[in-house]
Amino acid sequence: MFGQVIANNFGLFAQGYLTTILLSVSALAAALAIGALMASMRVWGGPVLSAIAGFYVEFFRNTPLLIQLFFFAVVLAPANLGITRDAVVVAIIGLSIYTGAFATEAIRSGILAVDPGQIEAARSLALGPVATIRLIVLPQAIRTVIPPLGNVASALVRNTSVAYAIGAREFLFMGILVQSRTFSPEPYLGILLGYWSLTIPLAIGLSRLERRMVFAR
Amino acid sequence: MARRLAILLAVALALAACDGGGASPATSPAAPADTPAMSPDAMSPDATTAGGPTVSAIQAAGQLRCGVKFDVIAFGFRNPTTGDVEGFDADLCREIATALGVEPEFIEAISANRIPFLQEDRVDIVISTMTRTEERLQEIDFSKIYYLAGQRILVKADSAYQELEDLVAAGAPVCSGQGSTSETNLRDRGVIEDNLVLFATYSEAAQALLDGRCEAVSTDDSILFGLAQQNEGLEVRGETFTEEPLGIGIKQGKEDLVEFIDGVLDAMVADGRWTQLYDTHIKPYTGEDAPEPPLDM
Repeated sequence: MFGQVIANNFGLFAQGYLTTILLSVSALAAALAIGALMASMRVWGGPVLSAIAGFYVEFFRNTPLLIQLFFFAVVLAPANLGITRDAVVVAIIGLSIYTGAFATEAIRSGILAVDPGQIEAARSLALGPVATIRLIVLPQAIRTVIPPLGNVASALVRNTSVAYAIGAREFLFMGILVQSRTFSPEPYLGILLGYWSLTIPLAIGLSRLERRMVFAR
Repeated sequence: MARRLAILLAVALALAACDGGGASPATSPAAPADTPAMSPDAMSPDATTAGGPTVSAIQAAGQLRCGVKFDVIAFGFRNPTTGDVEGFDADLCREIATALGVEPEFIEAISANRIPFLQEDRVDIVISTMTRTEERLQEIDFSKIYYLAGQRILVKADSAYQELEDLVAAGAPVCSGQGSTSETNLRDRGVIEDNLVLFATYSEAAQALLDGRCEAVSTDDSILFGLAQQNEGLEVRGETFTEEPLGIGIKQGKEDLVEFIDGVLDAMVADGRWTQLYDTHIKPYTGEDAPEPPLDM
């Protein structure tokens, strides 16, 4: 009867589901922070900072996530940098850096969409650069930035599944594990539905957020 | 009346075309009309099975598709320079193909997908260091046992761990293969889920051991010996804590193919080819002489 295999292994699936949520939330938070930092460096940073941020974006956006995760798993391992051997931690770090590159571009477009007059006005009020960014630019940039960042977040939720390849015990890993122990294809369908249950509410939440922001234009 | 004749004619032509299409020219060493009993090399199986449906279909296709590992030294290993697949499993595929009078085709089958590949008919047989277990017998058929492996542990040469029990007691992470009997055996012996670091291939598991992402790799000693040979500073340790009878996997419902393969294996034991394969592929790593062939385990 359909659902039997999933029910028998529910503990594993639940653990995987929660791990996927953990990966998504922490990597998103870190990616937004990285994105805000890198975007600011790119727009206001002068030649050196701008180049560093530019290289970061072009490299991590244009190489496969899977390879990046393999790379981080080896580099951060005890025999090398010795930072961690926990695959979930490696996945959070790798996903943050990868997603941060996309977040940077989204935020940068938002910053550039803010009227330059706002920045001049802030300067005339003697607001320092950090205060200007924090109080004037970013709040206005956010409005432009919600739709592309929403895509980035949705992609991130789906990209967490790539971490199975380094042994992170997240949702897809559990699905493959149960499939290989039971030879049933049922887990695959369960996994698809599971990811759907995460991305659909995200999409609904984002469209509500966009609607609330629209009035300001 | 004319219509019926036309239909009959069409069917007759279609059948004739199928027959002709089966004789693939340059590749098969024996024409489909030859039964395996004719080829001088192949120790022929029981002549009554030579015409079974699966066997005939494979002969008609001119190819035996074998699912083998590509990264397990001594059993299924694709040589990076020549591109040939080498090893005990690969050579078994060649022997069976020769007995059938067809060409062998090697398809990579990792532990997690080898049984689905069989069930989906993406391969005809699976020879990939696969242990015959009660659970798997529910899903597929097995030939006689062609090799008896045992599970042990592989650690770094400077590691303090000697036995699996030490790893369990210390709560140390252990690497193994997704979907393998090895990981089931580890769970049965006290390795908790969170300490099981599972990968799609054993080469990735060895990499993780070298990086320190786990303290040991555990699977059949046959695979471990190959990993130890390939990587400096790794040792196989510990008592053999399981008996792993390796068999050839065949999809259920193909009894004639199972009988055929068993026949080939019996013949190989009788004329010494089995021992030859052992000496070529296994002995260099174990240093031990070939044991009794485990066929009837």
